[in-house]
Amino acid sequence: MINGIWLTLIVLGVLTGIATGTSAAVTTAAIESANRAVNICLGFIGIMTMWSGLMKIAESAGLTRWLAKLFAPAARLLFPSVPDDHPALAAITMSLAANLLGMGNAATPLSLKAMEELASLNEERDVPSDAMCTFVAISTAGITLVPTTVIAIRTQYNSYNPAEVVMPIILMNVLATFVAILADRFFSRVSRGH
Amino acid sequence: MLIKAVTFASNLVIPLMIAAICVAGYIKKVKIYETFIEGAKDGFAVAVRLIPFLVGMFVAIGIFRESGALSILTQILSPVSGQLGMPSELLPLALIRPLSGTGALEVTIDLIRKFGPDSVIGRMASTMQASSETTIYVITVYFGAVGIKKTRHSLIAGLLADLVAFLSSVAIWRIITTFS
Repeated sequence: MINGIWLTLIVLGVLTGIATGTSAAVTTAAIESANRAVNICLGFIGIMTMWSGLMKIAESAGLTRWLAKLFAPAARLLFPSVPDDHPALAAITMSLAANLLGMGNAATPLSLKAMEELASLNEERDVPSDAMCTFVAISTAGITLVPTTVIAIRTQYNSYNPAEVVMPIILMNVLATFVAILADRFFSRVSRGH
Repeated sequence: MLIKAVTFASNLVIPLMIAAICVAGYIKKVKIYETFIEGAKDGFAVAVRLIPFLVGMFVAIGIFRESGALSILTQILSPVSGQLGMPSELLPLALIRPLSGTGALEVTIDLIRKFGPDSVIGRMASTMQASSETTIYVITVYFGAVGIKKTRHSLIAGLLADLVAFLSSVAIWRIITTFS
């Protein structure tokens, strides 16, 4: 499916560029997007290195096992294939907590750490496990308790109540997370066939 | 007041996490500095492993957006989304939200500026923006970090969650404005 989307975006974009005379903009977009992607990854190096180091300390100190145990009841439901005291559960807990608190980019390295831990449990090298898909599905729903960016924008444009959207946003977040988990459960049975 | 308290707490989380990990390590007699360095070696590899995945996705999205194909798609889909109850002003946001985080933010700011933050469109846009993630970015980055190219059903599950979040964001403000 990702192949199809990729091809569609590129071919439709290039054809539209030719048809509407925006090919120069298409060229610039291709080059600039590539640069931006690399810059984002380079920006990850520092913080990723820092978290990897800290997580190693947390692991040696037994902190990750303790966190994993704390999260175990929920994890048994969401990630039945992950053993109860595995560091993956600690990484997932930390990532979800950071996302809930609206850490944004600071949360990403924690999520990537969780993916690495889950990958270490995966028997296949190039096909993601059910647990990895579930974790990604939950993350794409993007649950947050404090939508800081939107509140900031609304304040900037003189809203008389910038935070009035918070409750609807949390409701929608919870709903989207439920849909993501249900869809993941449903489609994971279907996609196991491939 | 509540927002200030929550922001204050949020700002404390990362520093406290760092300190707690180091103190716990020290108490448990872990050689914290050596252990940190040993673990930190992996961080670089993860960030670099991401590069090809993110470049591939950003280039495709950049081409699609800047060529004008995205606005044409918006026009084509506008009657369909109208049937589902979504105002046509919000369709560009719904289309770009899963693809590009900065792109969606630009569209949201534009809508709030044009219609006002307290208008129905402004409220709906705020809710749509914050109630979902940049699905394609998340999938690319998360799987890219572990070097996995096959994504199984992740995309369809993520996009379905987005669609439900968008349609209900519109619906909830319809309900709120009707009853107030």
